[in-house]
Amino acid sequence: MESKGLYNPAFEHDSCGIGAVVDIAGRKSHSIIEYGKEILLNLHHRGAAGADETTGDGAGILFQIPHQFFTAESKKIGFSLGEPGRYAVGMVFASKDGDIRKSCDEVLASVIKHYGMKVLGWRSVPTDSSCLGKIALQAEPSIRQIFVDGCSRQGEDFERDLYLARKRAERIIRERAIDAGNDFYVTSLSSRTVCYKGMFMAHQLFAYYPDLSDERLKSALAIVHQRYSTNTFPNWQLAQPFRCIAHNGEINTLSGNRNWMKAREPKMQSKIFGDSISDLFPVLRDGASDSECFDSVLELLIRSGRSMPHSMMMMIPEAFGTRYHISTDKRAFYEYHAAIMEPWDGPAAMVFTDGTIVGGMLDRNGLRPCRYLVTTDGLAVIASEAGVISFEPEKIRQKGRLRPGRMFLIDTAEGRIITDNEIKSKIARQKPYRRWLDENRIELRGLFDTPRLVRSDPQTIFKKMRSFGYTREELKMVLTPMAVNGQEPVGSMGDDTPLAVLSNKPRLLFDYFKQLFAQVTNPAIDPLREGLVMSLMVFTGKKQNLLDEGPLHCRQLKLPHPILTNEDVERLRTVSRDDFKCVTISALFDVNTEEPGVAIENAINDLISSAKRAIENGASFIIISDHGVDESKAAIPSILAVSAVHHGLLDCGLRKEVGLIVESGEPREVMHFCLLSGYGANAVNPYLAFEALDEMQRQGALPADMETIQIADNYIAAIKKGILKTMSKMGISTLRSYCGAQLFEAIGLNSELIEKYFAATSSRISGIGLREIAQYVIALHRDAFQQRPAGALELPFGGFYHFRNDGEHHLWNPITVSKLQHAVKFNDPQAYVDYANAVNDQAEKLCTLRGLFDFVPNEKVPLEEVEPAGQIVKRFCTGAMSHGSISKEAHECLAIAMNRLGAMSNTGEGGEDPERYIPSENGDSKNCAIKQVASGRFGVTINYLANAKEMQIKIAQGAKPGEGGQLPGHKVTEEIARLRYSTTGVTLISPPPHHDIYSIEDLAQLIYDLKCANPDAKVSVKLVAEIGVGTIAAGVAKGGADEVLISGHDGGTGASPLSSIKRTGCPWELGLAETQQVLVMNNLRDRIRVQVDGQIKTGRDVVIAALLGAERFGFGTAALVTLGCTLLRKCHEGACPFGIGTQDERLRKRFAGRPEYVERFMYFVAEEVRQIMADLGFRKFEDMVGRVERLKTRKAVEHFKAKGLDFSAIFSKPHYSQGSALRQVNTQKRRIDDHIDWQIIEKAKASIENKTKIVFELPVKNTDRAIGAILSNRIVKKYGPEGLPEDSIEITFRGSAGQSFGAFLVRGVTLKLIGESNDYLGKGLSGGRIIVKTPEKAAFPAHENIIAGNTLLYGATSGEVFVNGIAGERFCVRNSGATVVVEGVGDHGCEYMTGGTVVVLGKTGCNFAAGMSGGVAYVLDEMQLFDTLCNLDLVELESVWQEDDKKKLYDLVSRHYDLTQSVRAKQILNNWQDMVGKFVKVVPIDYRKAIEKMRAAEQRDTETTPATEEVFYG
Amino acid sequence: MGETKGFLRYERKVPAKRPVQERIYDFNELELPLTAEVIYQQAARCMDCGIPFCHGFGCPLGNNIPELNELIYNNQWQQACQLLHSTNNFPEFTGRVCPAPCETACTLSINDEPVAIRDIELQIVERGFENGWIKPLPALQKTGKKVAIIGSGPAGLACAQQLARAGHSVVVFEKDLRPGGLLRYGIPDFKLAKKIIDRRLEQLAAEGVQFQTEVDVGTDISARYLQKMFDCICLAIGAAQPRDLTVPGRGYDNIVFAMDFLKVQNKLNAAEPLDDSEIITAKDKVVVVIGGGDTGSDCVGTARRQGAKQIYQFEILPKPPDSRPPDTPWPTWPRIMRTSSSHEEGCERIWSVLTKSFSGSATSVRQLNACRVEWINDGGNWKIKELSGTDFVLEADLVILALGFTHLVHKPLVGDLALKLDDNGNVLVSNCRTSRNWVFAAGDAVNGASLVVSAIDSGRKAADAVDGWLKGQ
Repeated sequence: MESKGLYNPAFEHDSCGIGAVVDIAGRKSHSIIEYGKEILLNLHHRGAAGADETTGDGAGILFQIPHQFFTAESKKIGFSLGEPGRYAVGMVFASKDGDIRKSCDEVLASVIKHYGMKVLGWRSVPTDSSCLGKIALQAEPSIRQIFVDGCSRQGEDFERDLYLARKRAERIIRERAIDAGNDFYVTSLSSRTVCYKGMFMAHQLFAYYPDLSDERLKSALAIVHQRYSTNTFPNWQLAQPFRCIAHNGEINTLSGNRNWMKAREPKMQSKIFGDSISDLFPVLRDGASDSECFDSVLELLIRSGRSMPHSMMMMIPEAFGTRYHISTDKRAFYEYHAAIMEPWDGPAAMVFTDGTIVGGMLDRNGLRPCRYLVTTDGLAVIASEAGVISFEPEKIRQKGRLRPGRMFLIDTAEGRIITDNEIKSKIARQKPYRRWLDENRIELRGLFDTPRLVRSDPQTIFKKMRSFGYTREELKMVLTPMAVNGQEPVGSMGDDTPLAVLSNKPRLLFDYFKQLFAQVTNPAIDPLREGLVMSLMVFTGKKQNLLDEGPLHCRQLKLPHPILTNEDVERLRTVSRDDFKCVTISALFDVNTEEPGVAIENAINDLISSAKRAIENGASFIIISDHGVDESKAAIPSILAVSAVHHGLLDCGLRKEVGLIVESGEPREVMHFCLLSGYGANAVNPYLAFEALDEMQRQGALPADMETIQIADNYIAAIKKGILKTMSKMGISTLRSYCGAQLFEAIGLNSELIEKYFAATSSRISGIGLREIAQYVIALHRDAFQQRPAGALELPFGGFYHFRNDGEHHLWNPITVSKLQHAVKFNDPQAYVDYANAVNDQAEKLCTLRGLFDFVPNEKVPLEEVEPAGQIVKRFCTGAMSHGSISKEAHECLAIAMNRLGAMSNTGEGGEDPERYIPSENGDSKNCAIKQVASGRFGVTINYLANAKEMQIKIAQGAKPGEGGQLPGHKVTEEIARLRYSTTGVTLISPPPHHDIYSIEDLAQLIYDLKCANPDAKVSVKLVAEIGVGTIAAGVAKGGADEVLISGHDGGTGASPLSSIKRTGCPWELGLAETQQVLVMNNLRDRIRVQVDGQIKTGRDVVIAALLGAERFGFGTAALVTLGCTLLRKCHEGACPFGIGTQDERLRKRFAGRPEYVERFMYFVAEEVRQIMADLGFRKFEDMVGRVERLKTRKAVEHFKAKGLDFSAIFSKPHYSQGSALRQVNTQKRRIDDHIDWQIIEKAKASIENKTKIVFELPVKNTDRAIGAILSNRIVKKYGPEGLPEDSIEITFRGSAGQSFGAFLVRGVTLKLIGESNDYLGKGLSGGRIIVKTPEKAAFPAHENIIAGNTLLYGATSGEVFVNGIAGERFCVRNSGATVVVEGVGDHGCEYMTGGTVVVLGKTGCNFAAGMSGGVAYVLDEMQLFDTLCNLDLVELESVWQEDDKKKLYDLVSRHYDLTQSVRAKQILNNWQDMVGKFVKVVPIDYRKAIEKMRAAEQRDTETTPATEEVFYG
Repeated sequence: MGETKGFLRYERKVPAKRPVQERIYDFNELELPLTAEVIYQQAARCMDCGIPFCHGFGCPLGNNIPELNELIYNNQWQQACQLLHSTNNFPEFTGRVCPAPCETACTLSINDEPVAIRDIELQIVERGFENGWIKPLPALQKTGKKVAIIGSGPAGLACAQQLARAGHSVVVFEKDLRPGGLLRYGIPDFKLAKKIIDRRLEQLAAEGVQFQTEVDVGTDISARYLQKMFDCICLAIGAAQPRDLTVPGRGYDNIVFAMDFLKVQNKLNAAEPLDDSEIITAKDKVVVVIGGGDTGSDCVGTARRQGAKQIYQFEILPKPPDSRPPDTPWPTWPRIMRTSSSHEEGCERIWSVLTKSFSGSATSVRQLNACRVEWINDGGNWKIKELSGTDFVLEADLVILALGFTHLVHKPLVGDLALKLDDNGNVLVSNCRTSRNWVFAAGDAVNGASLVVSAIDSGRKAADAVDGWLKGQ
């Protein structure tokens, strides 16, 4: 599929379910294939179907060559095969066009001959296409098998030559352009394994290939894969497994990995491949998916001699930071390999096989689920879920889950399971990695000692600062907080300044880039709470041959982080060692020129050739320096210089020869460093930033008592934190893989510039080129060096963050704010018109892309005939602003206004007071129609959801996509705490990702859960515009959501880092257009509604959005302005004097907003919409939706930068087939009709009606998901949040329960599960009870076996859970009230917990209690090592000695025993006196303070100050 | 910013004034400066708004008020002084006489008392002078271009200073004895002591500005001469044509224009030579000031100090409300009841009153005949309706007309230059340039009578335009 409009296939994502089944002893049987089938069928809900509901996204199975079967089949055809292992089978997809196929066949035959092997024959694979969906059928290839005689080869040699032959064939066919349709594809070609796959849903795989049902088809192992992709463009090749792996997850760092692989190719050599190595290049096929690229590199590493586990450890290293308990040799192994290859980072569960061993492995973060079990008769099953194959409980010998970074390996040759420790220690010691490292790694001790500031020269510093565009505002708002607090600065509200390309001011080239971020298809990471998996360490210098290993491979400079001080660079420069040579090249150009564009281009060319020359002369480091700016020389923008050199060296294969160090006066804020690193800089020295800090100190702008060392240190710390944060937004853990990964989108750069210097960066609306860049540099340079009037200030203010008369333009300015307020307060239409004109008319001051759009006129219609405003306002929503970020008064005011209009308001993330569900006497309702479900899940109870008209999953927020949030304790008033089910005064943390959405199929699961929790409400998914958002929206549509919301980058916030507000995401014009195009192209638009928001202010904005494809429209800031907001941008300080962005009682009293103001605004906007509709000739609003042909670029754009913009991609009308729609006309297929709860509700009818008791049993399978949610909905609908009396309904299930067991379970219901459960058990638990019990007949001890998956009790607010076994990662994440007993947990237990009680009767993983601000945990710490596993940032540990503590613990353990008959509990109770001393109590520090305060307050009636006072003001 | 929620902690404080019974016997300045501690707290009240309306809407000069407040809060007075001067050449004038539209636009003023911006400004500049931070800033290089500025009011002086600092040779022509224009001859000393002006003029002179006083351009020297001697000129001659009250009896001797009245007292205070015939005094007289604006108020204060027996002030408009009315919503300049220091000193203010005629002896007015009026909105136009039966007669010994100004004085200079005028009779300009390409204009001459702060702004903008034009030449 080619790019069209804004769609770019490079941004497709996929994810899935995976599985493997192995006979440990290597006995081959057909049952293995049958088991594979069973796994796939039971994972079908993890896959997805296309618009026709019958085309799957892909499924496949890979297994050992079934010798018996193929021998028989070949005989039928007329050739005979040799001994097993002496022949190979290839599975070949080819064009259905006979001629093309023939040419390809000839190539394949010739390469096999080339490598000295022989084609034995071909077999057409029997297929039955009757089961296929329409879309799959269109793309169906011809599928045949080729049989190859190894001509006495066997084993590795044979595999290697097959590999070379396959790669050669692919290359020749590509080069000769034989197969334009790209149908030719060798699925597998091996003497060991064969892979059957295609564009299927799970069941279709087996129907399509009758072979698979043939009893003679026998194997000892099989790996299977079920795909869920964001697209449905037909492609059979993207199905998995690939040749070695099946992957669930996403490799976020792919672009960097690709570049670095390309860079390695010139140096690659291997005795094994000899001269044939050229057949292998390029290693990575253009357009290959992330999984395929991974597979290709893995295959290369294996074929060149590394073992499969070794290669996997290189590519997906586990975290080896100091917080991990790992062996010295293993740590050295990982560090050594860090110098060779950057991690392929991102969520990954992989199963891999070479035909003999089968393994499973997880990424360092454990972000994908992977469970395994071993049966008593020697079968091992690995899969994304537990319960995919049912076995009798007594047949199960062991159950487990893969842990982060760990490997599970079965060697069928040895016939045993090899533990993670055994395999890894063996590999880590196979070579003297530790010694190599110690002897070669260059740390240059003393090089990196305490940072210091550099004395600035007051005579010249301001000239330099001006020439690099420094402003006073930056010094004050960006550098000061970094230097003083070591933190990135925080701000609030959205970005209303022009895009760099539209600005009249000279803007740095940095400003033309926007950060990409993870949404849905992979999760952001929490760089604070989960910082232990992250690393800024880099090795830089000359790299060696990838296919080899030796001591020289790690002879590189090791940097703990990429920021160098001015002295560091000096020292680097002067080091003299033979193999360590540092060359400085100058990135300056001459400003005295007629043709600045040419001057800068020449300078860049010189720069690149100097770099090449330096390498030829043996440099191992190149410093790109812009020191020396003076009257005649200006600096090439640093990002341009570094990227040009990086790409220049990549192109000529020299990039791996050197480390690139940037020494520049330009970078100063976090985004700058991220960009430099992302475009290839290995380290950066921001010399002028250090000098500027010194100057600030001299001028007294920094606290007088700060030491200079502290200032520099804080500044570096802030940059480091910022880089970690930026990486984590993209879900990337290590700087090694972030470096060069180019995770940015350019807005406003032309394609020539991009292709030349920023290759592979997307820039969709073209824009400026070198000439304009040179012009802005020269403009700044003139300002810096030309004569200035006496008394002029050294630096301009800037006005990028705060409005200034002479600063950057802001759309919210004194005129627009005051006019809008006049309009709504006095119901003055003229004032509204003045306001709208001030916003819409961007003739003079461009600000937004839509400002450059114009309508294509048509025959007008009379205004009276246009749909009334009363109808149009129903399409309007207010933005998601939580009660917490804004005051109760403001929040309720918005709700009342929107309800009066029949429109929708949004709760935001903070829950909602149930009192608001009861309408007031005057008929007003404060109930927000949209209930948001965000990552913190604050206040998300069954009752909350049941009262929604729409449930909105907030994946990202325009102001800070990819980030979490934090409500500091002092803002958590009693009222807020009540709504969020937390404790007054205790900090609340929203994690960056939804911990139940790490992947697209997880999102589908959450949508399913919510649909169960409220079958009558719609589900919407909020995304933020960035490149690729359209494909994600397609995935959302396929996941069953009713609406997708595309937010612009400029949306508001109550508090975000400034770099996030300004630097992430893209304008909604782009995101919306892309979404519309991709949905329409995929024929998915008819079933999903599209909403847009982000600084929408006027009717013109609404009409443009509608023409681009939106049906509904969100207003955030504008609505607040009507209520009195004047954009103080102080929400994050809670200091809003208008009682809006504050919880301070004194300020809330000042709130003067009224619902009428909001209503009037919406009507004004609607009337403006009507006027435009009349002018354009639209009578009905819906007729406008998607009519992009009615938009054009405004003529006569004279702006020197903006005139290069090209909006044709935005205005491109997607091709769509007959019958597909441009707007929503259908509804999503209801997916919950077969839910098990309907049976339960039927059985429990009497109990629900009359509150009588009922007990019954039901069987359960892993495909039964979200059990109890619909039931709970029915109960709260009838009885409200109180539910039923305790134990009214008790249901026992036997088997493996699907995901989200007991989600949102209400009080009065007990679910007892005998067997095991998958992920998300007890999600949003709302008072119910869940018991999970190991079957009585189980052959294993319960407390050593995994019984429940990851992310249990996410956002639970009340209820009880007893788990008779071990649970996975992130147990009780964000629990705020449930009481839980469990017998062991994985990593990150009790993360972000804010309340409730957790008892762990066994081992925990690492990072326990990270971000835990409330609640209590009791952990049985038999080894006395718990404190090394616990994240002690927020909590204190103590023993259990107080009587009430002891009693509480005893009672809970006793209850656990009573309900589960736990052996473990029994042992503990029997030895209580001894055991109680081994418990550790984990208490968050803040929480204890708050609780003690409350107790004290209860005891002392005289005390009148609220309990929160001290925390509040303390 | 200052202090988060500082506005909740500290109340607005403005300077106290000397007691009425003390101050009405002299012409000395009457405000008592705030203490350093209070100023610090006042600065702490500033919220450093994302949109500072004080700066972006209120202040014509666009003073960087939030930054100034923060610097004061951080005790960085010298930097504040420098920053303030980067937008305002003469904060010591505006700090004294500006009605502070910044404060009425202050975001805090929506539901609280605004930050005391004017007093902070005044303290900054005064401290600057005390500490010698305000030094001459002569241009490092001279451009060799010569500019004449006609008029030495705030617009002319600001224009002159900006141009001198940009390296041009600047001559300021002033028709009166000393430079300063309305600052010197219009504003009473109790609001702006004249040594304040002299102090600033020293700086201008040291920066190279030449002053030619007692030269009435157009009369004493011709426009042609200017054109020959200078690269360009800038008119900053104010809007000196007073609005008259053409009613029967207007011709009496003791009916005078406010500016004539005020100028006499200012000259007396400065001991400038004056003919006896020129002297006008309110001593022991019943004085009626017609016109309720600031100039009228200045006349009231001056008359009081001269020893008037009784003072009335007439205003044709109705009495404004005490709080901000809907027709001038925030952040606009509110039409509210304001009581000046002069009003505190004793004066009867009469609203909605129309003066219909004067009567008296042969040369002197004795009575003033007036009636009450009502304002009627006639389809968007306000009209006056006399209320029947409200006619009254007021005894008066001196009538001062403070009805504002119509436009600049056209003859002889403007006529000689043949400049185009706008509908109001002001000089027509485009980016400060008149219809003659070498003639620029600034201040009230262009905008009509306005505030000192607007005049400074206009002077600065004209300087920019002149500088740009000279560079482009």
